[in-house]
Amino acid sequence: MSGASSWSLAEADHDRIVVMLNAFLRESNARTALLVDRTGQMVATAGEPPEFDPTTFASLAAADFSANDQLARLIGEPEFGSLFHQGETASMYLADIARRVILVVLFDTRTTLGLVKLRVRGTVGDLSQVFTEMFARDGGAAPRVEQDFLGDAEDEIDKLFGE
Amino acid sequence: MSMINYASREINCKLVYYGPGLGGKTTNLEHVYNKVAPGAKGKMISLATETERTLFFDFLPVDLGTIRGFKTRFHLYTVPGQVYYNASRKLILKGVDGVVFVADSQIERMEANIEAMQNLYDNMAEHGYDLTKIPFIIQYNKRDLPNAASIPDLQAALNPGWPVEDTARQRPLADPYHEGEFLVGRTQDGEWIERATYFEAVAVNGEGVFDTLKAVSKLVLKTLG
Repeated sequence: MSGASSWSLAEADHDRIVVMLNAFLRESNARTALLVDRTGQMVATAGEPPEFDPTTFASLAAADFSANDQLARLIGEPEFGSLFHQGETASMYLADIARRVILVVLFDTRTTLGLVKLRVRGTVGDLSQVFTEMFARDGGAAPRVEQDFLGDAEDEIDKLFGE
Repeated sequence: MSMINYASREINCKLVYYGPGLGGKTTNLEHVYNKVAPGAKGKMISLATETERTLFFDFLPVDLGTIRGFKTRFHLYTVPGQVYYNASRKLILKGVDGVVFVADSQIERMEANIEAMQNLYDNMAEHGYDLTKIPFIIQYNKRDLPNAASIPDLQAALNPGWPVEDTARQRPLADPYHEGEFLVGRTQDGEWIERATYFEAVAVNGEGVFDTLKAVSKLVLKTLG
């Protein structure tokens, strides 16, 4: 179809990514690292499990990044590669990965913005490589589910949306 | 852009409700939110102005449950309908798997409907998506109002059909939801055209809301198969 391209995340790729995120968390002393795709879906998390609803968080983080991308263009920048939101105790640092995914780092007073930024730079490079490889390998082929899945899913739709 | 995450065994699909301002997009989501079982829905997020007009989007995740080992979820979004929020509208369409166009049936809103439909085509094209090739449903809302235009008039203005070029698909396809009507059919000039499925609705009391959602979500799942 000429709609949006679908993609899938294999377990082996997920494991590689989580190893990188954990290494980043150790080096930066940040609390949690999340990967969100540009359409607002959570891809992976590492570190302290978030207490918020990850689905909601992912959709808002993607929207935040997209809105800022447009702001960048308005002031003549191709993009903002990263964003920083400062809170009293908890802060967020967001960085672009290969134009497909966003790395969101949650951190508190146990570390500093400087250290997080420094460590993010290396991790962004490593993750960009993984995602670039992944998308090149899949060749943009849409993932498929088995026929049984479709039948069962239709039944669930009828049940759930049946009023 | 549906995403299958084999590590967390999740499938997520994105549905976007599009249409003119005050047409009932948010009302559709609110009805779904109020009626779906508590365990099947996440938090509804509305980025709205103080006067409850959608500023950026509304967002509601709905869980279908675990199907064949995969947690399956639909992410429902609305866009802001007001003309000047086009930048935000375009962003929401990124990665869309299925679109519901919520039209306002009132005769006075015909022009706003047409403008919003054109805007939808344009914004989809800017993302490189072809609206005629992805799951797309039109909902004619506010059917209870005395100034509602007739369905044939709305269909002629908003859903005239697009040419079917693939010869394998040039055969009559009956509209399963409307007796005697066709989704694929021939015009008087002999041209094959296809139209989007449509539903009538009164979203404010829930009429037609789930019919629309059911139809678009089934179409989206079919694209995964």
